[in-house]
Amino acid sequence: MDIRVQDAAFDMGAELNRFAAQVDGAGAVVSFSGIVRDVEGGDLHAMEIEHYPGMTERALNDIATQAMQRWQLTDALIIHRHGRLMPGAPIMMVATAARHRADAFAAAEFLMDYLKSRAPFWKKEITATGDDWVAARDADEQALTRWQAPAPTPD
Amino acid sequence: MELRYFAWLRERIGTGHETVETKAATVADLIAELKARSDAHAFAFSDIGAIRAAVDQELVEMDAPVSGAREVAFFPPMTGG
Repeated sequence: MDIRVQDAAFDMGAELNRFAAQVDGAGAVVSFSGIVRDVEGGDLHAMEIEHYPGMTERALNDIATQAMQRWQLTDALIIHRHGRLMPGAPIMMVATAARHRADAFAAAEFLMDYLKSRAPFWKKEITATGDDWVAARDADEQALTRWQAPAPTPD
Repeated sequence: MELRYFAWLRERIGTGHETVETKAATVADLIAELKARSDAHAFAFSDIGAIRAAVDQELVEMDAPVSGAREVAFFPPMTGG
């Protein structure tokens, strides 16, 4: 498991190659990358990402540990940037490795769903007309419900 | 007790960090006390539904205890990823 919170840029291709080269016994690697999306009209100057040092690392470790336990993962990677990012710049990436693809896909989606609304990051869009905090989406909160354990069925 | 504020809560209160003496039992009690500190605090905490809290860096509900906590943080819903 490799968890990194950093302001420095990273090379997603190089990171993915490095991750895939050292997985042990895996037959599947899935990755997702988030990049800074321009606002409609295309006048985004930058995105500023604030985080809660200390809690961020704990939350990401906790999320990744849950994924490792829930699926048959051989490894997991999370890189998340903070600070001022330009449109098109990579914000974050996750990668999962498993013997078979179903586990790798599911675990990557789980990591992303939890990262969206349980990792202490806050995004602010800086545009020509002003600054705006990005509001959390109800759909992101809703997405978590699918990972909650189903109620036990009576015998 | 150390308090931390993030994102628009930090901006509205005007600082990301303050130390308070409190006898509040829960997060909700602590918010009620903080609202009385200044107009900026009252404004920042005016919509409780838009605020999340962490006690010693663990996300908690509003009825969670704060007695004995070292650090309590307040922030809007998170927007990671």
